[in-house]
Amino acid sequence: MSDIQIKAMRDSVIDEVYSRMRHNKRIFFISADLGAPSLDKLRKDFKDRFINVGIAEQNLINVSTGLALEGFTVYAYAIASFITMRAYEQIRTNLSLSSHHKEINVNLIGAGSGVSYDVSGPSHHCIEDITIMRALPNILFFSPSDWFIAEKFVDFSINTKGPKYMRLDGKPLPRIYDSAKSFDFKKGFCELVKGDDVCIVSTGYMTHKALKIAKELCGKNRKIGVIDMYILKPVAEDLLFNTLKRYKRIITIEEAFINKGGLDSLISNMISRRNASIKLISLGFDDNYIFKFGNRDFLSSLSNFSEEDIIKVVED
Amino acid sequence: MKSFKELKEKAQWVKRETLKLHKYAPGTRLASSLSDIEIFVVLYYGGILRYDPKNIKWDKRDRFIISKGHGAVSLYPILADLRFFSKSELAKIGSKDSFLGIIPDTLIPGFETINGSLGHGLGVACGMALALKLKGIDRNVFVLSGDGELNEGAVWEAVMFASFHKLDNLILIVDNNKMSMLGYQKEILGMEPLKEKFKAFHWKTEEADGHNIAELRKVLNNLIKDDSGRPKVLVANTCKGKGVPGLENDPICHVKTLEADEIDNILKGCK
Repeated sequence: MSDIQIKAMRDSVIDEVYSRMRHNKRIFFISADLGAPSLDKLRKDFKDRFINVGIAEQNLINVSTGLALEGFTVYAYAIASFITMRAYEQIRTNLSLSSHHKEINVNLIGAGSGVSYDVSGPSHHCIEDITIMRALPNILFFSPSDWFIAEKFVDFSINTKGPKYMRLDGKPLPRIYDSAKSFDFKKGFCELVKGDDVCIVSTGYMTHKALKIAKELCGKNRKIGVIDMYILKPVAEDLLFNTLKRYKRIITIEEAFINKGGLDSLISNMISRRNASIKLISLGFDDNYIFKFGNRDFLSSLSNFSEEDIIKVVED
Repeated sequence: MKSFKELKEKAQWVKRETLKLHKYAPGTRLASSLSDIEIFVVLYYGGILRYDPKNIKWDKRDRFIISKGHGAVSLYPILADLRFFSKSELAKIGSKDSFLGIIPDTLIPGFETINGSLGHGLGVACGMALALKLKGIDRNVFVLSGDGELNEGAVWEAVMFASFHKLDNLILIVDNNKMSMLGYQKEILGMEPLKEKFKAFHWKTEEADGHNIAELRKVLNNLIKDDSGRPKVLVANTCKGKGVPGLENDPICHVKTLEADEIDNILKGCK
C-alpha cells in the first residue's frame, strides 16, 4: 500500500491505450460520444483510428465487431450503464456468441460503475452490470479497484484476444497496488490483507472501503482480511477457495445489486458447491432503484452498507 | 461467369434444393428463403462476389453478411455447390451431427457472422468496410437485409454512420419482399418510400426487380462502379414465397410449413 496519487481509471487506461496506438497500428478507439481529458490528445493524434459513433451504443458494438473481425484490437468506450444495457443484445450476439468461433478482441470500457455518478440519478447508476455481464459466456469481466491495475490491464487486453468488459469507476481514486507483481490477471484476485477469521471480499470502489475498515479495526485484537476481486469472470475457483477456506466468516461488498448473480452469488455458489462451513454475509444494493441524491456512502446507507453499517457487520 | 440462361437454370436448381431442405427440416423459413434466390445466384455465379472456397479467410475476398438469417437457407445449396462444404451435408440439415441449422451461424463455412438476430449486419459491415479501407484492401462488403429488418433502430444508426464515413465499399441489398412475420410491412410500419429514405441519408440508391437476373446483375455492377463516395443500396423488389403458389401472397407465409407431399408435387412441376 503505497503512494496516495489519485487518478481516474479511465484516464490511466486511455493514456496507456494512447501509448500503445503509437506503435501498434492495429488498435482502434471508439467512443459513443463520451469524452475524458485524456482522450483529447488521442482524438487529435489518431484521427483515422479514433471514431466517435455518436450517441449510438448499439452501433458502437456493431462497428467494433466488424473492425475486430478484420483483425483490429478495439476499445469501445461509453457510460457503463448504457454500453452494457442499451447494447446488451449486440454484445450477446456479436461478441459473446460470435467469439465462440471467431477471434474478436473488443474491449468494452464502461465508465461510471456502481453509483460513481452519484448525483446523476438512477439512469446513470450501473448496479445491474455484474449480474448481466457475468451471464454471457466468452466475455472476461474486469473490475479494477485502482488506476494502476487498470493501466496494466491494457497490455493484457491486447495480448489476450477475445471480448472483455472493463467496469471502471467514474471518480478519481487513490492507488492501492504497489507494483504489477502483486496482481495476476489469470488469478483474478489479491488478498491485500491476510486476516484472522473474518474476511471482506470486495470489488472496485468497495475495496477502498474494505481497506479503510480493515485498517480502522486493526489492533482491536483481530485482523480483518481483505480480498480484492478484480476479475469477476473467469474465476480461478480452486485458488480462490484455497484462500477463502481459512476464514470462518466472509463479508462480500459490492456497489451492485445483491442476491441475483453479482459478486455475492459468485462467492456463495462456490461455498455451497464445496460444502464449506463458512458463514457468508452479502452487502450491496437491495432490489430497488435509488431516487435520492447524496454521496456514495449515503446511497449505500439506504441499503444498509454505509461504512458505519459495514463496521457493525464486521464487528458482530 | 455464367450466361443468363445458365444463371436462370441455377436459380431453378437452388429453388428445388431449397424445397428439399425444407422437407428435411420443416422449421426452415421457406418463404423468406425463396425471395432472395436470384440475389444469391447473381452474387455467387454472376461474377459479383469475389471468394475462394478453398481459402474462406482469403484477405482479398468480398465480405458478405446475410443479415436476414432466416432467409439464408437457399444459400446452403450454393455454398455446397461451390465446395465451401460437402453436398452431403445438405440432407443432414437440422440433425445432431450437422452444422447446418435452420438459421445459419458462424460454424458454416462461408458465413462471416451470426445472423439470427435481426438488425446487426449493417453495423458490423460498417466496421468491416472501415477496416478494409484502413488496410488498403480494395474490396466490397455486401449485406443482405430484409425490408422488415429495417424496422430495427440499430440499422439506422449504421445507415447514418456509413454515409458520414463515406463507406463507398459498402453495398446493402434490401430483399424488399414487403412482408415480415405478421403480415405486410405497409400495414405494420410502412417503410415506403424506402429509396427516398436512403437518399435522404445520402446513400447512392438503385432499384431492381429482385427476381430478374439480368437486371440484378446490371444494377449491382453499376453500384460497384459508382465512385461518388457514398454507401450504396439496392432495393430489390421481390415476392415472399416466390414460385410456390401456397406461399405467394399469403400474409403469414413466413411461418408457413409445407407438408412433404406438397413439396414433392411442387418438385415434380419444376424439373
